[in-house]
Amino acid sequence: MVSFSRRNLIRSTAALAAASALPMPGWARGQSLTHANNGFGELSGDDIRLAIGNHHFMTGARSGHAVAVNGTVPGPLVRLREGQNVRLHVTNNLDEDSSIHWHGLLLPFQFDGVPGVSFPGIKPGETFTYEFPVRQNGTYWWHSHSGLQEQAGHYGPIVIESADPDPRYDRDYVVLLSEFTPMHPHEIMRKLKVGEHYFQRDMLTATEGDMSGEMRRMWGEMRMNPRDISDVTGSTYTFLINGHGPQDDLQLAFQPGERVRLRVINGSAMTFFNLRIPGVAMTVIQADGQDVDPVEVDEFQIGVAETYDVIVTPPDGSHAIVAEAMDRSGMGVASLTSHKGHRATPPPLREIPTLTMVDMGMMDHSGMGGMEGMGGMDHSMRDKSLVPGDVEVGPGVDMIAPMPMDRMDFPGLGLDKVGHRVLRYTDLKAKRMNPHRTVERKMEIHLTGNMERYMWSFDGKKFTSVTDDPIRFGYDERVRVKLVNQTMMAHPIHLHGHFFELVNGADHMHQPLKHTVIVQPGGTATFDLTANEPGDWAFHCHLLYHMHAGMMQVVTVRPFPEGEGA
Amino acid sequence: MIRAALLAGSMLATAPLAAQHHSAHGGKPAAQPAPEQEMDHCAIGHLPPEECAPREEPQPAPKPEIDHCAMGHLPPEKCPPKAGPESVTEMDDGMAGMDHSSHGSMTDKSAPGAAAEEAVPARALEGPRHAADAIWGREAMELSREQLARENGGMTTGMVLIERLEARIATDGGEHGYLWDVQGWYGGDIDRFVLKTEGEGGFGGELEDAEIQALYSRAIGPYFDLQAGVRFDPEPDSLTHLVLGVQGLAPYMFHVDGALFLSDRGDLTARIEAEYDQKITQRLILQPRIEAEFAAQDIPERGIGAGITKVEPGLRLRYEIVPEFAPYVGIEYEAKAGETADIARANGNDPDGLKAVIGLRVWF
Repeated sequence: MVSFSRRNLIRSTAALAAASALPMPGWARGQSLTHANNGFGELSGDDIRLAIGNHHFMTGARSGHAVAVNGTVPGPLVRLREGQNVRLHVTNNLDEDSSIHWHGLLLPFQFDGVPGVSFPGIKPGETFTYEFPVRQNGTYWWHSHSGLQEQAGHYGPIVIESADPDPRYDRDYVVLLSEFTPMHPHEIMRKLKVGEHYFQRDMLTATEGDMSGEMRRMWGEMRMNPRDISDVTGSTYTFLINGHGPQDDLQLAFQPGERVRLRVINGSAMTFFNLRIPGVAMTVIQADGQDVDPVEVDEFQIGVAETYDVIVTPPDGSHAIVAEAMDRSGMGVASLTSHKGHRATPPPLREIPTLTMVDMGMMDHSGMGGMEGMGGMDHSMRDKSLVPGDVEVGPGVDMIAPMPMDRMDFPGLGLDKVGHRVLRYTDLKAKRMNPHRTVERKMEIHLTGNMERYMWSFDGKKFTSVTDDPIRFGYDERVRVKLVNQTMMAHPIHLHGHFFELVNGADHMHQPLKHTVIVQPGGTATFDLTANEPGDWAFHCHLLYHMHAGMMQVVTVRPFPEGEGA
Repeated sequence: MIRAALLAGSMLATAPLAAQHHSAHGGKPAAQPAPEQEMDHCAIGHLPPEECAPREEPQPAPKPEIDHCAMGHLPPEKCPPKAGPESVTEMDDGMAGMDHSSHGSMTDKSAPGAAAEEAVPARALEGPRHAADAIWGREAMELSREQLARENGGMTTGMVLIERLEARIATDGGEHGYLWDVQGWYGGDIDRFVLKTEGEGGFGGELEDAEIQALYSRAIGPYFDLQAGVRFDPEPDSLTHLVLGVQGLAPYMFHVDGALFLSDRGDLTARIEAEYDQKITQRLILQPRIEAEFAAQDIPERGIGAGITKVEPGLRLRYEIVPEFAPYVGIEYEAKAGETADIARANGNDPDGLKAVIGLRVWF
């Protein structure tokens, strides 16, 4: 068996390591690893204890090393109550620094959990206590902000019960989407850097795809591939729902007639999912933990780090919850069933979408197949005069979108042509009124990259070159931020410690609140932010390897109001 | 004639190199159309809140089925408990009539009156440079900040690519031989150390040609690296060269590698290689490849005449068992050109030949 010989290999490497006294993690030195459980338990109360450790994880035919918290992947569901004070005691049993970031929670910046920004990190063997009042309710999640541990299993859900009873549902489930890979995350990163398109096994070939020769030549001229949808795919990922792969038969029970609230969290490192339950309509009631006016849809795309809460009232029977990866290279599957033991049959994977000229930030001359207008195109795919002077157009920028348009009404790659109702950002409307504020300042942040070199950045500058030049906001300043995507990948952009309002066409005081916004390929997305959480906060693309490549910044909010903090 | 055509082809493949810099061309696309819809001055923020009508009902008179409780217009205590899923559905029907999605394109997102990006308010510069230092201590934070930079853009890595490791079978009765063509690099995104080695020999015979290049490589554009360093040829004559070259990806996805070599005897030569990967299926890849060499002067010791000295077009079909490991078969036509061919003929050697090749492409 493969896993057996692998273990032997690890043991012999371990002997070598011992002999040469190389620093190696314990799990690689052959210390026996306990098996992490698929799925999670639940913790609540005023004192919550979490322990991060190395484990072994298995789903379907894939198995390998995992970083588990309290012995499970994902880690425990942290269930809090709005208004409580919570102390979270986190013990790091790894051989390297670790951390937990509470994604979407409003808290004092020093407990946000980003090493190098909010605190020094948790050293091996140490226990760190986070303490803060819980000022909100909704569905959130937590994950490591150290190295690439998040990919290895170091994440889990957070549910905060509302202070007032919530009559909208009878039963609720967390549906936490993620990936498992037996490949070490550092090896994934290296392969992304050195082996262009390593994980992509659905590229256009001479024998496949119905694109015309002319269009193919055009993409070739740009040195880009229209099937570049996801950097890391099902070729190494098994897609998980609550830690269960498609073969693990996860079942969520319900009684016919019940209103079931599904708290869908995308806790993956790199995968956008299209989520649907064939035959069952879903009513979206929360986005990123914040209430929105109900919207009924049949399918929605959820970007990395986003959450959506939906209410479903499934008829008697078994229904497949299908979380199909955006590039259709696999799916996470669970059964929502009123008959214990019955397994729903998921539909087959749909065909991989192919990028269009709109995804390159060009006007949609649909059906034109590269006629006039295209003649000048090769001259305008990297026109430096189209971006402000503070955008550094160097080797790290392979494209400047000629005409980036607001794409807030785009439902996501592959969902624009399906025959049923899909969610768009323009459908979201805050349920509660936001305070009336006037925009005091406006800024643009350009999302930049080079697919070939696997470089990613904001304004053409990797985090390493802006460590002394943060994005500065005045305390309580109201800023309108336009994110301009100069790449052909969708980026989920996350601001720590705040909720911003999407400028999505909803009226001024009902713009939906979010902590993460997808900026569609070659398009723009705009949000209004009231910077009212003082401190230093991380701001980054939540695609793990994009962040690791440098698509990250620090946001500072100053000064601290009288009598508070630093 | 064939040679001339091949040469022209290889020149074409390099031409886009110069065409890399688009910035100077191309007009700006038309500016965004000015917002022409009637503006809502309250929503935009032109008017102070007290001059604005309450915002609760921006839409025309509410339809009776709209559920004010669900929309959050009424405090919870005024709302009866939800009857069941039906009320949610009704609500949705009401919402569908409003169709928020169509508003998207009309929204004015320009925020007139707002200050420019650079107008950072003075208060934003107050307080500590790093807020966390005041709480956890500067020393502890400094270390974690260094690590943060390393983990978010500061990565260095490397690879070894054995582009060609092959047996070459002469189809016209010549000697069978072998060839290797390997390169490796280590470094960051911009600056890298590159090693290249290439050589060939005959089975049963000795090593005919071998070279090793040690280069510093710097990214000079999104697709091209400038490379400079030294080349040492252990065979045939222990010559050392200075190297200046470019390597990268030309438009239409041609991988190009071209370099000038100045030998320690003062001879200037050049080499250009170009290849293209055509996926037949996801794993089966056809790779046309061409290599050409030039000399600025006669080099009698190597039997080289000034001008184009060598052209080698080839075609390889590889099967990627995994992306890192791909066996291939192919053919390659090797031809000395111009004066160099004449010198070969004068020495009684065949200036060209067709080889069948079988080999491996491997990287790690």
